[in-house]
Amino acid sequence: MRTEDLIKALDADARSKALPLGAAWWLAAGAAMVIAAAVFWLTIGPRPDIAIAMHTMRFLSKFVFTIALSASAFALVHALSTPGASTRRAASWMIAAPLLVIVAVILELFAVPASDWGTRLVGTNMVICLTFIPLIGIGPLAVFLAVLRHGAPTRPVLAGAAAGLLAGGLAATFYAAHCFDDSPLFVGTWYTIAVAILAVLGALGGRLFVRW
Amino acid sequence: MSGKDEAELSRLLRAAIAGDERAYADFLHRIAALVRGFARRKIVQGGVDPEDVVQETLLAIHVKRHTWRDNAPVLPWVYAIARFKLIDAFRRRGRRIEVEIDEIAETFAEPESETVSERDVNRALDSLSPAQRSVVSAVSVEGRSIGETAAKFGISETAVRVSLHRGLAAIAKRFGARRE
Repeated sequence: MRTEDLIKALDADARSKALPLGAAWWLAAGAAMVIAAAVFWLTIGPRPDIAIAMHTMRFLSKFVFTIALSASAFALVHALSTPGASTRRAASWMIAAPLLVIVAVILELFAVPASDWGTRLVGTNMVICLTFIPLIGIGPLAVFLAVLRHGAPTRPVLAGAAAGLLAGGLAATFYAAHCFDDSPLFVGTWYTIAVAILAVLGALGGRLFVRW
Repeated sequence: MSGKDEAELSRLLRAAIAGDERAYADFLHRIAALVRGFARRKIVQGGVDPEDVVQETLLAIHVKRHTWRDNAPVLPWVYAIARFKLIDAFRRRGRRIEVEIDEIAETFAEPESETVSERDVNRALDSLSPAQRSVVSAVSVEGRSIGETAAKFGISETAVRVSLHRGLAAIAKRFGARRE
């Protein structure tokens, strides 16, 4: 087929429509939140003393970390799925969540005697954390990978990893409402590992499923 | 890639997305010329046909045109897609050359069977369902309009549009699917 002929075919198909990518991302974010919320409520649900916990800095700080991660990963995955879009600014915002966690960890190390560091780090919910963040996040990750396929990521593995971080941030936001371990030492360790699991799954998904 | 080019191309693409077919044809011709120049500059050794890269890029641009934000510049978007498709073509070609070495005995046995390089899009066309293939061929190679194609096959214009759209999407998908 000559290129000229191909252009005729493409031109004849000019009226076909697809959902604009920006709208697709917002829809996906909504759908992912519904899925994550459903899995969360059907399995572990919020902790019973959540009304009291809301008055503590440590409990609230968890949401600052996870929401910062979700927001920055959302901007990054959006940029990575758009060909030619600059990713530098979105990528530099990815430092926000880790930085907040590091600051909180340092403050915690000053606030708590060294003899308590170990118990706070290990906590009581390590296994639940490592199970339920990936479990709550896997549905949202599938939704985000579907949007990556709808988009046109020129670096599919990286885009998949960013989708995993977004799913992880979202899942961790819900999980944080359940978990009793509020110390930044716990969050900085186990949440990070749980989110990393989703990032690796996302990278793998990007490699296997995101082709265009 | 001057600023004037950029402004003109985004005007055309915006009109095309709004449904202006003439603007779209104009846009695609200009993009084909730009990508042809790009591919010829980048492909210094044989093995990859620049025109294959042009066609695969045009298809990708077509099926992914909803990823262009209408306030964003067109050229970086176009070149990002072209670069992706060029790398893809190199990767694919690398594998195909290995396959050819394996089958060298057959080549010696039948030297006449070597054919002139056939466009990748042609090969992808062969993989479509008969209905899609005949509609895509009628509109492209035979240059028929949607209405003429509908009359030729005795189906509705909507059915022609659907077959054309699905056929093009399937061809575009095949190029993506051939990566490991």
